[in-house]
Amino acid sequence: MPRRLSYRHALREAFDEELARDPMVVLMGEEVAQYNGAYKVTEGLWDKWGDDRIVDTPISEAGFIGMGIGASMLGVRPVMELMFWSFYTVAWDQIVNNAAMVRYMSGGKINCPIVIRGPANGGTGVGATHSHTPENILANFPGMKCVCPSNAYDAKGLMKAAIRDNDPVMFMESTKLYGEEWDVPSNDELPDGELFIPLGVADVKREGSDITLIAHGRAVITCLKAAEILEAEHGISAEVVDIRTIRPLDEETILESVAKTHRAIYVEENKPFCGVGAQIAYMIQSTIFDELDAPVLRINSLDAPAIYSPPLEAIQLPTPEVVVEKALSIC
Amino acid sequence: MPKIIEMPKLSDTMTEGTLAKWIVKEGDTVTTGKPIADVETDKATMEMTSFFEGTLHKLLVKVGEKIPLGAAMAVVLEDGEEAPANLDELIAKANAAAAPAAETKTGDTKADTPQRATSSLLPKAPSASRRPAARSSSNVRVKASPLARKVADELGVDLSRVDGTGPGGRIVRADVESAPKGGSGAGGKSAPATPTIRPVVGPEDERVPTSTMRNIIAERLLASKTQIPHFYLQIDIDAEPLMDFRSQLNATAEKNGGNKYTFNDFILKAVIRAAGTVPAINAAWDGDAIVKYKSVGLSVAIAVEDGLVTPVIKQAEKKTLLEISEAVKDMASRAKNKKLTPDEFAGGTITVSNLGAYGIDQFSAIINPPQAAILSIGSIRNTPVVDSKGAIVAGKRMWLGLSGDHRVVDGAVAATFLAEMKKLLENPALMLL
Repeated sequence: MPRRLSYRHALREAFDEELARDPMVVLMGEEVAQYNGAYKVTEGLWDKWGDDRIVDTPISEAGFIGMGIGASMLGVRPVMELMFWSFYTVAWDQIVNNAAMVRYMSGGKINCPIVIRGPANGGTGVGATHSHTPENILANFPGMKCVCPSNAYDAKGLMKAAIRDNDPVMFMESTKLYGEEWDVPSNDELPDGELFIPLGVADVKREGSDITLIAHGRAVITCLKAAEILEAEHGISAEVVDIRTIRPLDEETILESVAKTHRAIYVEENKPFCGVGAQIAYMIQSTIFDELDAPVLRINSLDAPAIYSPPLEAIQLPTPEVVVEKALSIC
Repeated sequence: MPKIIEMPKLSDTMTEGTLAKWIVKEGDTVTTGKPIADVETDKATMEMTSFFEGTLHKLLVKVGEKIPLGAAMAVVLEDGEEAPANLDELIAKANAAAAPAAETKTGDTKADTPQRATSSLLPKAPSASRRPAARSSSNVRVKASPLARKVADELGVDLSRVDGTGPGGRIVRADVESAPKGGSGAGGKSAPATPTIRPVVGPEDERVPTSTMRNIIAERLLASKTQIPHFYLQIDIDAEPLMDFRSQLNATAEKNGGNKYTFNDFILKAVIRAAGTVPAINAAWDGDAIVKYKSVGLSVAIAVEDGLVTPVIKQAEKKTLLEISEAVKDMASRAKNKKLTPDEFAGGTITVSNLGAYGIDQFSAIINPPQAAILSIGSIRNTPVVDSKGAIVAGKRMWLGLSGDHRVVDGAVAATFLAEMKKLLENPALMLL
């Protein structure tokens, strides 16, 4: 039996391994230490690594993110938790003007090897101000890297890559996935002795021949369910491409898949306007226009602030049924 | 070594500056930071200071002159330094370096100039550089996916003969692949859209490439004749009352200098009035529905050099005979000068074609799609007629023809329409009521 591991547990393993590997790695954030993290992602790490490595911060995102950025410029490798990614706006200037720009503004003399992480998702009844998904906004800045893992295996491997990366990496998780389990082999089962997934490499999660469903984060799970329905009920073979990192973007894997299936839908839980899907749909049509047998479609969250009413919120995010319906409209 | 003072970047958006004032004159001593000139930028008039020390040898630009960024403005020599022989060369070098900025600016200005389209005779002229595969050989726009077009190119399939099974009837790859090469598609549109009989061109014959207008005429009328089930009716009317009526009106006009009416003006008015009485004629086929127009958009066929155009009198039912007459005169003269705007070709619901002036007694025009009817008006001719008493007398007669789209109107409806026209034209005073 392969080992099953939850998304939060997989992240914890990544932290633990990196804390052991590099003494410069530290974890900071609101309640990450003594309380084990608001979503228990850092559970047990303070007990094991102590005050020097796992640091509780006050409720002051601009202050502690700024501190982490400054520390990273001096060689520390901070992993900063935002209790919700929705609070990134408090530290906006630090993230955009300092973290993302410093390598360029210093002529390459100063790096900012920071990871800023936390959940960025809607659909949990926490209201509009706690449900932001800013991956498109952050990926807009040259100098920034942006990762959105869809499962425990990728979360662990990508987190290790993010911590070792010399640029600021925005790492977006999902509270809806924290408790879900996937097969995650232990290190001694792996040929390289560890699980490490480089940034900028997409993953074909399911092979298919009729249509490509492209997604990031939890929308990948939605696509996989939709692909099963398409196969079972409509005889349509859907390929599912998980881009895993929005920036750097693995354009090649996307284009290869769409050139094979000739149809594409981008699915994301982000808002539609100026979304990641807009960028990728543009990239597809401008690069392989003649391979397209149908317009590239997008499926997003409904274009409204995260709805507080639970029944409405349930339909605000893309569902497998909506993906199936859209796929049928172009197949 | 002489120093060249160049136009500095005094605002972040300026591309050139205008010299407002020289504060220094030739022979003055300049020092770093000393104001030497006032320069108007795109934002404000700014003081310009010297970056050099020495004696101002020469001012190169005059007040009021526009100077591109980096272009030479003055020459400064070190105290006691003689101007070198190659000074002009140094100045030219500075100006050459500044030139690209100036050129870029000119380019931008050009790109910003809106392209006026009023000279174009017809709306939305298709570009000559359009990808060949985007149109079928019959020049009719087909809806196909990019991949379907590519595959059709590779397989030599004529997309105009392929039935699309994709959303909205779009041709997708599978449709192209299941279509025989160069032949009809899976479902098979039976009408061959490509003219298969090509002319033999001898050495003395001329082959004239088609104009945009000719292409549009060809495309629209081919579509009309191949897609619309035409039927044709003719009615012969007594033109004598109309001739008398027109003579009366124009006699008054001659005296008072008013508008002179043509026979066609009355015909147009009769069409508009009859369309009000028989509105079923003022309609169009829309696939799964018939569109019934609320208003009459009267398309008037006007012959021009190398073709014809059909500008539209919009909301014609609201126009008086005089307004119609003037509108047609105006459109005809502008059509000849190619001054009609694309907007004036839109919104037609029924067309009148009149070949009476050419001595044609009778003809059957091709429907102007997507309309449902076109009137074909012949000349007024002298002919023997049998009068109400059974005697053969000399008469003035005129043929009115109607070509109808049988999907939209049936023979009886069209006949009622023509009968209404006949009634109006034989009792022209009715049209003024």
